[in-house]
Amino acid sequence: MQELGKAELNSTRIIRQDDNRVVIEKDLDTEYMVLSMGPQHPSTHGVLRLECITDGEVVVEAEPYLGYLHRCFEKYCEKVDYPGIVPYTDRMDYLAGMNTELAFCLGVEKLLDIEIPRRVEFIRVIVSELNRIASHLVAIGTYGIDLGAFTPFLFCFRDREHILNLLEWISGARMLYNYIWIGGLSFDVPADFKKRVAEFVTYFKPKTRELQQLLTENEIFVKRTRGVGMMPAEVAINYAWSGPMLRGSGVKWDLRRNDPYSIYPELDFDVPVPDGKLSDIGDSLSRHLVRALEIEESLKIIEQCLDKMPEVEGFNSRSAIPKKIRPKAGEVYARAENPRGEVGFYIVSDGKSTKPLRCKARSSCFVNLAAMKDLSKGQLIPDLVAIIGSIDIVLGEVDR
Amino acid sequence: MSQSPSLNTWSDALSGFHLGWFPLGLVIVAAIPLVFIALYALTYGVYGERKISAFMQDRLGPMEVGKWGILQTLADILKLLQKEDIVPTAADKFLFVIGPLVMFVGSFLAFAVLPFGPAFIGADLNVGLFYAIGIVALEVVGILASGWGSNNKWALYGAVRSVAQIVSYEIPASMALLCGAMMSGTLSMQQFSVLQSGPYGFAHFYLFNNPIAWLPFIIYFIASLAETNRAPFDIPEAESELVAGFFTEYTGMKFAMFFLAEYGSMFMVSAVISIVFLGGWNSPLPNIGGFALNDLTNGPVWGAFWIIMKGFFFIFVQMWLRWTLPRLRVDQLMYLCWKVLTPFAFVAFVLTAIWEIYK
Repeated sequence: MQELGKAELNSTRIIRQDDNRVVIEKDLDTEYMVLSMGPQHPSTHGVLRLECITDGEVVVEAEPYLGYLHRCFEKYCEKVDYPGIVPYTDRMDYLAGMNTELAFCLGVEKLLDIEIPRRVEFIRVIVSELNRIASHLVAIGTYGIDLGAFTPFLFCFRDREHILNLLEWISGARMLYNYIWIGGLSFDVPADFKKRVAEFVTYFKPKTRELQQLLTENEIFVKRTRGVGMMPAEVAINYAWSGPMLRGSGVKWDLRRNDPYSIYPELDFDVPVPDGKLSDIGDSLSRHLVRALEIEESLKIIEQCLDKMPEVEGFNSRSAIPKKIRPKAGEVYARAENPRGEVGFYIVSDGKSTKPLRCKARSSCFVNLAAMKDLSKGQLIPDLVAIIGSIDIVLGEVDR
Repeated sequence: MSQSPSLNTWSDALSGFHLGWFPLGLVIVAAIPLVFIALYALTYGVYGERKISAFMQDRLGPMEVGKWGILQTLADILKLLQKEDIVPTAADKFLFVIGPLVMFVGSFLAFAVLPFGPAFIGADLNVGLFYAIGIVALEVVGILASGWGSNNKWALYGAVRSVAQIVSYEIPASMALLCGAMMSGTLSMQQFSVLQSGPYGFAHFYLFNNPIAWLPFIIYFIASLAETNRAPFDIPEAESELVAGFFTEYTGMKFAMFFLAEYGSMFMVSAVISIVFLGGWNSPLPNIGGFALNDLTNGPVWGAFWIIMKGFFFIFVQMWLRWTLPRLRVDQLMYLCWKVLTPFAFVAFVLTAIWEIYK
């Protein structure tokens, strides 16, 4: 039997049978349906639109459409001076503002070639690790919602609230901080900061266990995520994945270790990768596990920073900030490990202006989302939701 | 076992009451479950669920309207009443309108055979249990009508999923109830309760009386979760996948009808499981020596109290599960039904038969 051709939408097939008769078979297959998932859909985490071609519940192909939240970040950068860009970086990944600020400031500082006070470095690491925990809590919580478990989400948000309160206390804002400035910080931390962060760490450590019980040790949760959205390590590398997504595929790659910046080389922490016992390496559950384990590593980092942070009498967090930020002509690419992966800024300066000639942002979620088409092939709609959730996209960063 | 002399006296007396030619008593008998559904859905259903979920999630729940927010549901109803009743232009208008009605009628009709205590039952059918299983299946028609009539892809997905799910889960559910019917030898809802009454309270309930009853009990409870679209089997209205499932396009009071129907059938399955396995309106308290607790806590009014409390207990468990567990996937749901629950239901059936013959 040999298939000679297919008519539109697969509903008619022309087949040459073994006895050389040509048969036209009509209406054998089900028709495909185009299903537009988003931009207003509960589990696309913002304004992502997936155009799914579905065969019943099976997704034949899903194509992500972006740009609903595009705010011309890169063009703005050419019109605003360097310190003015920092608030815009907050609005890229609004769940991890501190980390993105840090990446951008690292780039400009590299371009300016300035020395940063040690205390500033420690505070930067503490706030960005706090923000990483907050971001992972949102990722884990919303992943629970995607799979139908509402309660873990609120537990996550309850704990995240403590972090937001801390960050609000030091910067005045809950999400869009503008705290890390080029060459320093907008303010030094308040007097009791160390004590309250230490209190948070002791409060939060047992709570990670609670989250594990609700999600990772839940039979239904494991059934929904294990083996779903498999991504082999080679393909993940080819897609330029980074962050928990890449580590979920078993690649031990963390910029804090592999391309160290700030004071990370002095700190002792692990880069968690799944061991294949609880999950199949490369599936959605692995990515979730990596995030859960990273929270504990971040707590470790914060504890060490609190120990090592130097106390300086009459400390001025703005002492290293140049009067006028006008870098020499040149270009730089600075990258940092964000909760969602590698965020990089490629900055070109012409040496005359206080504004960058070009600022290109490398967004982690955008790159991670690019694999969506591959991941979604042949999955069920509920699995598609589980996969989008495991990618943990922030549309503000995808569209910029 | 002797029949209680007071059986059905109140409802029989009421339904005999005519105002001229008009059977006012029958209308009242029919209205009591309706009022009950509305009251319970407002208080325990919506407000209770919000408060219970709030306590589970470490928050307060509604607190603004009235003391502890007890008037919140009334405010919500007022809001729903004021909402524009939208029928989408492309929708099949007849199906769209009839869908929520059929669903609500399906869940409400089953209340006809629910005994609210020994003295009150809408209709003491001799096939009451069979009727209850059958009439609830009418909900499928309402779901399919509303999902198809909405002319919305998400609603269609929800409807198709729902039909597949409810029709499948009726098999283990019915098998499990059949085990109960074999234990009692009757299908009348009142006789179930009568047969499980006795001086030792809960010890006479089939769940504790019969060594096999726990198996159909668990099977029916799981299957009833799926039949009422409750988590972890709420895939027809899975909000993170299908927006709102089959009622995506509904607004205002039509939406409230789905709500009432859902809470109505939640109570229905909870009442059925308590009648078949947990003694219905019988008091669970035993007579201990001189303290005749069982005799004191039985009677028409106590009976209504017990059956409603037992129903509320199972509704509480349903809410508890809903706010704890993630949702199963469609294929896993079908797997659970056809490859786990149905075979075990047959095993329970055979075991119950053997027990009933040789006990």
